[in-house]
Amino acid sequence: MEKPILEVQNLCIRYNGAPVDAVRGVSFTLGRERLGIVGESGSGKSTVGRALLRLLPGARVTADRMQFEDLDLLGLSERQMLKVRGRRMSMILQDPKFSLNPIQRVGHQVAETFLRHFSVSKAEAKTKTLEMLAAVKIRDPERVHDLYPHEISGGMGQRVMIAMMLLADPDLVIADEPTSALDVTVRLQVLTILDGLVRDRGIGLIMISHDLNLVRNFCDRVLIMYAGRVVETLDARSMDQAQHPYTRGLLAAQPRIGGPRQPLAVLDRRPEWKEEPAQ
Amino acid sequence: MSINHLRLRSALGQAGTIAVTLLGLLMLTFIIGRMMPADPVRAIVGEEASPEIYQQVYLQLGLDRPVWEQFLRYLGDVLTGDFGTSIRTGKPVIEDILHVMPATMELATFAILIGAGLGIPLGVTAAVNKDRWPDHLVRVFSLFGHSMPIFWTGMIALIVFYAGLGWVGGSGRMSQFYIGMVPDRTGFLLIDSLISGQFDVFASAINHLILPASLLGYSSSAYITRMTRSFMLDQLGQEYMTTARVKGLSRGQTIWRHAFGNIRVQLVTIVALAYGSLLEGAVLIETVFAWPGFGQYLTSNLIIGDMNAVMTCVLIVGVIFIALNLLSDLLYRLFDPRTK
Repeated sequence: MEKPILEVQNLCIRYNGAPVDAVRGVSFTLGRERLGIVGESGSGKSTVGRALLRLLPGARVTADRMQFEDLDLLGLSERQMLKVRGRRMSMILQDPKFSLNPIQRVGHQVAETFLRHFSVSKAEAKTKTLEMLAAVKIRDPERVHDLYPHEISGGMGQRVMIAMMLLADPDLVIADEPTSALDVTVRLQVLTILDGLVRDRGIGLIMISHDLNLVRNFCDRVLIMYAGRVVETLDARSMDQAQHPYTRGLLAAQPRIGGPRQPLAVLDRRPEWKEEPAQ
Repeated sequence: MSINHLRLRSALGQAGTIAVTLLGLLMLTFIIGRMMPADPVRAIVGEEASPEIYQQVYLQLGLDRPVWEQFLRYLGDVLTGDFGTSIRTGKPVIEDILHVMPATMELATFAILIGAGLGIPLGVTAAVNKDRWPDHLVRVFSLFGHSMPIFWTGMIALIVFYAGLGWVGGSGRMSQFYIGMVPDRTGFLLIDSLISGQFDVFASAINHLILPASLLGYSSSAYITRMTRSFMLDQLGQEYMTTARVKGLSRGQTIWRHAFGNIRVQLVTIVALAYGSLLEGAVLIETVFAWPGFGQYLTSNLIIGDMNAVMTCVLIVGVIFIALNLLSDLLYRLFDPRTK
């Protein structure tokens, strides 16, 4: 196996003032592949993403190992982290309505990533920005460049977000529910664009989602998280062979079109799953 | 075409609102003035005058007519630019006000510069360090500014910085020595002294201005700090701040480049309002520092019932507030692309 991009061992996260850890003993490795993290609200999946970027100000993060390429993420100073964020690791946030600055032009916000990490002129950054906007299939980059976030649709906003986060050519992108805020009709379109770029550029992707079908189609491997733990790691193609009752429950709760109709299974949540060792 | 049409209509509507506001303000002040126990006739003729003279002046002022008729007559005068004569000074009210207003404007402008210059960074600092010691420190600091009576701080400051340390000038706009030396061109002492090249007068004026302006500035910074803090806290929790951090910006950069732009609009509004209340005249500070300004003028005329002067002052305060509101509306449009 090729050398992994990211290795996480026994990651624990506790928010200040909380009685229990939000994430408990999570371990995984990531190569140049697409890894899905699936779980319900509060399972700790987004917290893991933010911990990797060290953007959890009110929390204590510990791990036996958190190695990102040649960097020990836990040992880096904030100053060193500034060079990692955006440049080598970035994150696509959920809702472009809130994740874009409402009073700055879209192009300006995208270009900022590039200007932050490379000493280039504004004109060069703009050329690069327009290229990137075209790469996320925005048909008229020149025009969109000068628009404000409220003037573009959610789908386009999310493509702008992707452009912003891939512009500096990172090695790892965390997509935190990248399509949850979008209309069903544009979800697939946005994901296809993200998927294409990630594959072409050989970027490692961590896709955080609560949507099993989406993760199954766009990821190579899937971590199932429950109550701050990884309960099962699966190959995306063989998800139907899931062993853990929680995963089976999630799969059984998926509605299907066609066939005989039966009441959907109700998700079972057993307290002992919180404690058993991860597989 | 139709957009221009709409703009014109909204501008006309706004002008209408302003006119109605000012009319209401005048009417209210007029009625209050007539109900006040002060006797304008007595103020003119003096205590010793005979009943005949009293009666004559009474009729001259039209005080025998119904109140609404008096008001209409007054309104007609105002619309033709005649604001009447001050009983106390015997000069046209407008002339008096042109004399006191620049003094207040100098004071208020310096005060608001100090207030905003102090309040905004402090508010941002407090928000960024919420619930840690800089936040507590700033809160105590601004609570002091908010709650200490300004006439008291004024006197203490005079005792310490003028009488004790001798760092600043005492009361008045400049040293006694310079009074009458600068020709009155704009009424703004700082400008007039510079125009005529009298830099020692300019220095003396600054020296006298700095203490009352700082005190007023401190007291208005208290409000500005608290508002800035709460505006900033709203922005710090926003998702676009996370985006900026993910891009690799430092915390400071995200605050000044991203969050600050988003609170600018709100800051403009509160600073404009604070400036408005400073222009209205800081009566207490003007009294403590013997500052010949608008606040003192208004108050002393109010006390003797010099209604022509009072009405005009009230009108001016109204106009100032409306103008500042319009200005902050305009800046709103400039700073926030969503309003276009």
